[in-house]
This record gives sequence, C-alpha cells and structure tokens, in this order.
Amino acid sequence: MGRRRNLPIVALAMAVIAVQLLTAAAGKPQYLTQLTMAGYYSLVIVGLTLLMGYTGQISLGHAGFFAIGGYTSGLLTTYNLHPLIGQIPVSILQACGLLVSGKDLYGADLLVVRPWAACVVALLVTIGIAYLVGKPVLKLKGHYLAMATLGFGTIVYKVVLGSSLVGAADGISDIPAFPLFAGLVVTGKSALRAQNYYVAWGLVLGAMALLTNLIRSRVGRALRAIHGAEDAANAMGVDTGRYKLQMFVLSAALAALGGVFLTHYNGGIGPSEASVMKSVRYVAIVAVGGMANLWGALFMGVLLNFLSLRGSFGSYDDAVFGLILLAIMLFAPDGLLRAEFARRLPGLRRGQKAAP
Amino acid sequence: MSLALLFQYLVAGITYGTIYAIVAIGFNIIYNATGIINFAQGEFVMLGGMIGVTLRALLPMPVAIAGAVIATMLVGALIEMLFIRWLRRPSVLRLIIITIGLSIAIRELALLLWGEGVRALPYFTGTAVTSLSVGDVHISPQVLWVLGISAVMVAALNFFFARTLLGRQMRACACNREAAQLCGISAKNMVTLSFVLSAGIGALAGCVISPITYVQYDSGSSLALKGFTVAILGGLGNSMAAVAAGLLLGTLESFSIWVMPAAYKDVIAISILLLILFVRPSGLFGNAEAARLKDY
Amino acid sequence: MKTPGILATLILASLLGAGATQARGPTIKIGAIFSVTGPAANLGGPEARTLEMLVQEANKRGGIGGSQIELVLKDSASSPEKAISFAKQLIEEDKVFAIIGPSTSGETLKIKGIAEEGKTMLLSCAAAEAIVNPVASYVFKVAPNDSHAARRIFEQMKKMGIAKIGLLSSNTGFGKAGKEQVEKLAPSFGIGIVANEVYEKEATDLTAVVTKLKAANVQAFINWSIEPAQAIVIKNARQVGLSVPVFQSHGFGNIQYAKAAGPAAEGVIFPASRLLVADSLPAGDKQKPVLLKYKQSYEARYHEDASTFGGHAHDALLLLGKAVEKAGGLDKEKVRAALESLQGVVGTAGIFNFSAHDHGGLDMDAFEMQTVKNGKFVVYSDAAAKQ
Repeated sequence: MGRRRNLPIVALAMAVIAVQLLTAAAGKPQYLTQLTMAGYYSLVIVGLTLLMGYTGQISLGHAGFFAIGGYTSGLLTTYNLHPLIGQIPVSILQACGLLVSGKDLYGADLLVVRPWAACVVALLVTIGIAYLVGKPVLKLKGHYLAMATLGFGTIVYKVVLGSSLVGAADGISDIPAFPLFAGLVVTGKSALRAQNYYVAWGLVLGAMALLTNLIRSRVGRALRAIHGAEDAANAMGVDTGRYKLQMFVLSAALAALGGVFLTHYNGGIGPSEASVMKSVRYVAIVAVGGMANLWGALFMGVLLNFLSLRGSFGSYDDAVFGLILLAIMLFAPDGLLRAEFARRLPGLRRGQKAAP
Repeated sequence: MSLALLFQYLVAGITYGTIYAIVAIGFNIIYNATGIINFAQGEFVMLGGMIGVTLRALLPMPVAIAGAVIATMLVGALIEMLFIRWLRRPSVLRLIIITIGLSIAIRELALLLWGEGVRALPYFTGTAVTSLSVGDVHISPQVLWVLGISAVMVAALNFFFARTLLGRQMRACACNREAAQLCGISAKNMVTLSFVLSAGIGALAGCVISPITYVQYDSGSSLALKGFTVAILGGLGNSMAAVAAGLLLGTLESFSIWVMPAAYKDVIAISILLLILFVRPSGLFGNAEAARLKDY
Repeated sequence: MKTPGILATLILASLLGAGATQARGPTIKIGAIFSVTGPAANLGGPEARTLEMLVQEANKRGGIGGSQIELVLKDSASSPEKAISFAKQLIEEDKVFAIIGPSTSGETLKIKGIAEEGKTMLLSCAAAEAIVNPVASYVFKVAPNDSHAARRIFEQMKKMGIAKIGLLSSNTGFGKAGKEQVEKLAPSFGIGIVANEVYEKEATDLTAVVTKLKAANVQAFINWSIEPAQAIVIKNARQVGLSVPVFQSHGFGNIQYAKAAGPAAEGVIFPASRLLVADSLPAGDKQKPVLLKYKQSYEARYHEDASTFGGHAHDALLLLGKAVEKAGGLDKEKVRAALESLQGVVGTAGIFNFSAHDHGGLDMDAFEMQTVKNGKFVVYSDAAAKQ
C-alpha cells in the first residue's frame, strides 16, 4: 500500500531530474530560471487546490498570503539594525545569533536578521494572520466568502503599496541570498541555477507528498464530506469549522513559503505580487487544473506560469488568463484534465506527465 | 477646524458616496433577480463612460449618453445570453469565476479598442472650475447632477418593481423561481432583463460620473469594489439602503482623510466591509430575519 | 493521453518559436522591457511605440554600426518578478547587446544587479536616483533626476516668496520618488511642508484631500504624480476655492492631463522637458531640431501627442547609437566605455554628459519651467504670469 501510494511522488521526482537533464542536454539550462520561479508559485497553487477543490472554499486573496511571507522575510533581511546596536532588544537578538552583519552596496555597515530566522518569522506571521482572518471569514459562504477574501487581498495590497517602510510602489530591492544548509543557497546567481531548481522542486515534492497523503487520510474524507454537503457533514459529527480553518491556514502557510523563497531567489519583491489580479490567476489555474485535482493544478500551474514568465503571451497576459477562466468554467467546469478519472487512479498518469 | 471646513469634508463625502451608491444599485438589480453578484458590473460603468465619450465626438451630449446606455444594455443582454443563460444549475463558485473572467475579458477588450488613455465627458453644467458656493463651502454642479440622477433612478426602479407587471414578474422570480414559472413567467427572460437593466444603469452611472472621475480601460474594477462594499453594507438587493450606505461610507472615508493619511482610505472602507460581513451579513439596513433564509 | 500530447506540442512550439526568427545579414539584438500594459501603461505604451518606430527608421538607414537592429520587446506590466525573469532571459538566452527600460524605478532597481552580473548595458527610462547612485558600471539612466525638478520648483517658489506649501503625491513609484526628493530638499530652500498627503492612482475624487490643504492654509502646493488622478486634484482644488499657485512635476507633461482638467489646468507651473514646447522654442535652441523631428514623426505615425516618456526611449536608442559610433564597432566592453564618456549628446530630455561617476548625464538645465495657457503648454515666464 505504502509503496503504491508514493509512486506518483517518486515519478514526479524522476520527472524533475529528467527535465533538468533534458534542459542541460538541449543546451537550454536557462529554462530552469522560469521553472524555478514557477515551482515556487506552484506551492501557492497546490495549497489553494486543497482549499478550493477539496474543501470547497473559494479564496480571492491568496496572493495576499504570498506577499505577507515574501515581504516579511524581505523586510527583516534588509532592515538595517546597525544604528540600533547597543539597545537591549538588538543585543538580545545578537546574542541569540539571529542577526548577521555585512556591508551594503555603498560600503556602509549593515546588521540584519538572518534569513533563516526571517523565514520562520514570516511563516509564523502568515499563520497567525491566516488564523485570525480565517476564523470569521470561513463562516461565510458563496458570494460573501468571495467578497471577504477579495477584501482581505485588497487590504494587503493597499497596505504594502501605501507603506514607505516596505518601499511603497517600488517594493523591496537588494534582498540577500538565503543560505539553507550544506552549501545550498537560494539566490538568482546564474552559476547556481541548477542547484536552485532542485531547491524549489524539492519543496514542491515535499508539499505534494504532504497533500496527497492528507487527502487520502481521514481528514481528506472529512473534507470531501464538507465539499459535498456541509450541513450533512456537520450532522454526522464532522467538526466542519475546524477542518476548514486548518486547511485555510495550511494553504496560507504554503503560499507564504513560496513567497519567502521566491523573494530571496529574485532578490526583491514588489506590490504586484499582492495584487488582486495575481489572486485571480491562482484561482484560474486551480480551475483549469480541475478544481479537485492536485496533479492537474500542478501541471497547469507550471505550464501557464512558465509561459507567462517567459513573456510568451506578450501584452495579452491578463487577457489569456481571463479567457482561460471563462472557457474552462463554461465548457469544462471539472477542468481540462478530467478530475474524476484522476481521482480514481491516484495521480498515476498525471504523475508521469505532470512534471514541468 | 472651522464649520466651513467641516461642511467641505461633508461635501467631499457626499461626492464619494453618490458615486459608490450609483454603482451599487446596478449590483442589486442582478442580485435581486438571480442571486448572482456580477463581478463585471464595474466594467458596465467603464463601458458606459467610454462609449459615451466616443459618441460625444459625433453627437450632442444627451443623445450620446442615451446611445451609450442602449449600447451597454445590448452588451449586457449579449453577455447573459452567451455566458449565463444556457448553464444548467451552475454552482455559485462557477458563476463567480465566470463573471470575474468576463470582467477581465471586457477590460482587455477596452484596452484594445480605446488604448490606455483617459477620457471624460464635459461637465453637464459649467466647467471643471465651476462650483456653487454657500459661504465658504463649495460644491461642483456635477455632484448635484449625480445626486439628482441617482435619486430619479431609485424612484424609477421602485416604481418599476412595485407597479409595473414586468417589475412584479421579476420580483416573483427572485422570490420563488419555480412558483413563478408555474404562473407562466419566463424566468430566463427575467434574468436577461435584469442584466440589461443593470448594464443600462451602470452605463448611465459611467456617463454621469465621468466628468468627475474620468474613465480609463481599467477604471471598472476599483469602482466595482466600492460598489460591492456599499451594496453589502446596505444589505444586498435594497437600492434605497445602498444610497444611504453609500453616503455613510463616503462621509466616513472623507473624514478619515482629515485625521489619517489618505493612502489608507480604502483600507478603512474595506475593513468596515469585513466587519459588517462578520457581524451582520444582512447589512446595516437589511432584515436579519429574512436574511437568515438566504444562504450566506 | 490526447490533451497532454497537444499541450506538449504547444510548449515545444513556443520554445522553438523563439529561435525561429532569422534576419538577413549581421544583426544586433537590443532588448527592451516596458510596462506596455499594467499600472504604468501610460509610460510604457509611448516608450514601446517610440522604440518600435525608431528601430524601423534606423534599420532603413542601415542600422547601428552596420548591423540591422533586432528589437526584442517584453511587456512587464510593471511587475518586478516579470522584469527579473525577462532580464535574465534577454541576457542569458537572447544574449542582447543592451537592454532599454524598464519603465519604472521599482523594476529597474531589481534588475540592476542582474545587468551588472551579466555585463549587459541597461539604459533605464525610470527616474529614481538610486538607479545610478551608487554607480553600477553597466547601468545608465536617461530620465532626468527628480531632485533637479524639485530644485527648479523651489527656485521658482523662492522668486514668488512662497514659504509654506502642501505636498500631494500619488501612490506609485513616480510619486514616491518625487515625494522623497521634495521632502529632502525643502528645508535647504527654507520652505516648510505643512500638509503632506499620498493619494491613490485610481482615485475618483479628491475633494477631501484638497480640503486638508485648504485647512492648512498653504501658500502653494506641489502635486507630484504621473497618473490621470493628478488632473482630478487640480480640478477639485479650484472647485473648493483653493486658488493658490499649483506646481506639478514633469509627470504632468502629457497634454491629455491638461485637456482633462480643462480650465483648472490654466496657470499650473511645472518643470519639464522642452519636448512639450518644441514649436515655440527660439530658432537657435540646441535641442529644437531633435525635438521637432521626434515629435513630428511620432505624431504622424501614431496620431497621438508625443510625451516626454516616449522621449526617454528615443534618447536611450540615440545614446546607444552614438556610443557604438564612438567605439567604432560592436564590442560590448568598448561600447560601454564609450557610452560612459559621451559628452554633449543632444536628446529630447536634455543634453547628456556622462562620466564614470555620473551615469545620469543630465543636469538641471534639462528642465524648463512651463505652464498651461489656453489649453496648451508654453514656456513659463514671470513677466507673462503677472499680466
């Protein structure tokens, strides 16, 4: 059982390696740049699939969580604490080894939070906010839920756009690389391109392993019950409120994780990452993937983000996403890659094909 | 803070408020007839303004506005017939996503047609600098136009829904679709009609506010967000309440600028929306009893 | 199996498509990243159109340094993440000779390091001073400094005896950069900012914001923005009876804003490139021929008024051409060195004098104080204003 269950994950891992070898053999290792970025966006997308497809709760504000993660980590690793040296809180942080000093571009002294610590703080902040927002929001249904999450996303957008602390319209630049462990560094330097591709896809693999196991567990059955008929599930003794909240927070945390890593990979972040259009894109991709189809969402997410980031849609980028959304919802509300079929054969077929 | 300034802030609030209210009324009509929140409503407002400005180059203003309203109504009818009418028992999620997709598609189409430039109709009375003054308080005549047209619109809608056969049929459908159909009312036609009506109202709004706000291919979505906020604040489906809620929100925003940085104006407005949704989803003026029967 | 098959074909096609465009003879690839759509479309639109027009014209004349130019234009929609991806693509895959753009400061600052690492010249059309300070050897800027515009405004205010002002700016990169410079420089001119507000670029009415200025009893106000909303500000100011002098930034240099504000725009004072008043410049003006040529060919081709932003794209290509000429070939390093030492190049934004320490190249003279008279931009003069 255990083996068969993890077969798709193994297949995905092999596909990830195959793609890297293929790009190297074809003399196009540069494609790994956009594949890495698309990988980080995939974290948002698979998390949102769990929430929308399996739990039946729409969110038009997930770009907000991505941005909260990215901005928090970006701010902490660039905000210079050097002028505050000697003050007690800074000294404590220093003593705990949470700070790192260096020089900025101008040659001035710099004292900032260590990326590891910043990443943890960013995730905790996001989880906290998701919990606080999710608790009241998830009591709403239908249009009201859509409006409330849209409202949340808009607030995040307006706050990052209006706050000079995070660079207002310019966003944050010169965000340092993120040394993980054993020489692995999250950075956009072209020499470390392949390494970073594996970091990103390692995270995606981890997230997929977690989510595929989750939806096959007791939790997964409860989620499907909620999606099918929430009142009935409630009557059967499923604590629907708790499950919904847990999934909301989990998907927000995945979004934030993507945000943190992509921000360090790009070396910067801007308000566009928090925009409502970004949230709508994530929803579009989940819909195209087939709503309750993790592998479909992953595949479509990588494909569409890869093409979009390479500029294949030119000035029609938004239009393409809008039209895809319309066409899929009108003619194939279960997604392009038939959801039913995929669920019966737990991602096997997708697993082999779904690689980037 | 002098009394005159206080009133000046109030005037600003009324200006914002009427703009929001006139957009919110459009939402309510479709919601009443179908239970759909049309995320493309802001695009109707934008289309109205854009077409109005385009026709204005050839025709006198009242004719141009009438033309814009009729053209947008046709767009509304077309949208309903092409994208909504033939769906069988669509889920709420599906409808939300379809109207969002429509909103993006219309916006991009407008960008193709009109480019990224800004346009506006001329002021109906006077010019950009004309204002009526009472002591040291000034108000642009266009604001009075917006107020007046909103008032006429609400009155006409009330008359339509309460007194005319068609209006009553629409209400019957909203109340109980099956029962209405049994009485020989075509529910599908009523839905189309609601799209036509709200497109027309959106377009009229777009023309009337364009001298104040200007119109650009992407001005729909930000207007729509405020329109939603006001529609929900007042209680979905209630046009009179939308006007009251609009004025309330506008005034709040205006006075928030007095004490806070203007950059956070929207954050305040949307926080209020969230608070209302959490505490009293039936809206400020909505009937909580009746609302309990609906599915939030 | 069918759907994934089709998709795979699509991907393959799009990947191969990039390499399929083969031009005849030697070519030089120039990359461009502009916000043709998105929040900064009113900058990127004219920039992209200008570049497309000029590249065509240049190719008819034989291109740059004997090579035909192949323009690789990317629309970033003002998103930094796209600008980053495109910059890497242009440098690593297309191996472009140089990149023109991006349109906004936020995007430029994020790809400054990428251009430097990839040893590819970047000629940004955005204005923030951080783009060229500290100097990165491959990064240049063709838009004039915001601080110069602010200084010109303050000098004018001193002449008019103004000491207490309000500052309004929009919530975009352009507004933000201007706000910072105005705040920084005001004290050295003895001018106090008594009200300071940021408004949204999507604003529909700003009566409350100008009321705040009125309440603060300002003697004049600066409205620093590049979006249509700036026209709403001046309109609302006049409507509430705030009749003090209005100063705008060079972001006002787009005649459609003056038209939108109608009579409210009359008398607005702003520093801007001479492009806007090219027709009325004296015959001996150094810039006049360049300005008229660009303006006339742009307006003839696109049937819209030329704006200073399109002018930045013009200047970027012009400077690149001059540098190639000076270097005598298409060696990237030599051209970069030549670009850095260019002197006295007459562009639309002003006269460029680059050096190893100055990759901006423009001085305060790039700006001319202008005003609106009878719905047209004219050169401002104190004598005329008194009449």
